[in-house]
Amino acid sequence: MGQPSVDTIWDWLDQVPDPEIPVISLVDLGIIRDVKWEGDTLKVAVTPTYSGCPATSVINFDIETALRDRGIEKLTLTQQLSPPWTTDWLSEKGRAKLEEYGIAPPSPKGEPDRCPNCGGHNLERTSQFGSTPCKALWRCRDCLEPFDYFKCI
Amino acid sequence: MADNALFQFLLRMGDNSLILGHRVSEWCGHSPVLEEDIALANTALDLIGQTQFWLGLAGEVEGKGRSADDLAFLRDAWDYRNVLLCELPNGDFGQTLMRQFLYDAWASVMMGRLMTSSDERVAAIAAKASKEVAYHVERSGDTVVGLGDGTEESHARMQAALDYLWPYVGEMFDSDEVDAAMVKAGIAPDPASLREEYDALVGKVLGQATLTIPTDTFHHKGGRTGYMHTEHLGHLLCTMQWLQRAYPGATW
Repeated sequence: MGQPSVDTIWDWLDQVPDPEIPVISLVDLGIIRDVKWEGDTLKVAVTPTYSGCPATSVINFDIETALRDRGIEKLTLTQQLSPPWTTDWLSEKGRAKLEEYGIAPPSPKGEPDRCPNCGGHNLERTSQFGSTPCKALWRCRDCLEPFDYFKCI
Repeated sequence: MADNALFQFLLRMGDNSLILGHRVSEWCGHSPVLEEDIALANTALDLIGQTQFWLGLAGEVEGKGRSADDLAFLRDAWDYRNVLLCELPNGDFGQTLMRQFLYDAWASVMMGRLMTSSDERVAAIAAKASKEVAYHVERSGDTVVGLGDGTEESHARMQAALDYLWPYVGEMFDSDEVDAAMVKAGIAPDPASLREEYDALVGKVLGQATLTIPTDTFHHKGGRTGYMHTEHLGHLLCTMQWLQRAYPGATW
């Protein structure tokens, strides 16, 4: 087997789900910063979402498993801190999938644009933090449903 | 010598976030309401995550092969370099949030300055941490205002918390030869130079919270230099380091 192209590797990584929000991929999340071949070694640079995100080690494990399963033998994963991760790097596909799943995607104004359940705009924040470091808790006053909001950073 | 000063500086940064992060994690499962429990646990998680970066770099700079975990779990109280404020007991919920605000305000100013550090590793950690810190200070500041300008009971508790904690604020702005070496190398600012910005931020929030800053300028010290910690740190380490003390070298 010849060396798979970098584009192929990106496609493979786009099939690896985020361990905590499995509807989006690691590529959608914007945490894969670089993929390149150095000789016969594949180098993948990953940036953490939040410093203490417990998913970080699971993510590295999932990347390694996905690539090894497809025959990549020499692999180096590096942690890239700078520039720090921002929700601007979420893909359009990822944002749409989040909303479909019931999580309001990040918005530059610092609050959700609309309720992911009914589309209502009458919203209130119930907590600045949520079930994972990247989310906050909100509630829709129209349909009365609570929902997660993906924090904009 | 320059590397030793950088090592000390990194220990101070990492120990602050580690010890405060551990303190805040003590609330897990005990907070007054579920949302606050989640918020405190997430704050603790951010702080401990930042610790991994600071202490990881400290171990690298020291060059003796010590990891962030080694530094966290295999040092005793006298080798810790956090400011005393971070190791003080949680007290009630209001005291915990007041301590958090007094620290977050300092961290928000400090991270902003460190983002332009001449050491790009320090700048990268600060850039990462500053986003989290900005979120923390918004929350702790809002809560201090909500409780300070709240009921008679909550106001009295927040004023008592401020009176207790204020004498520990000054240590964050002390300078010594480690700081002088950091300033000279362009790695970190003189802590004293953060005070004006800090006082403006803290003064504004505490004013909105209808709280009165004590006028006595005495402050406790000894944490960041390691000269003398409070008794509380040893008790904290007994819990945090229990596993490594009971089973030395145990790995996951």
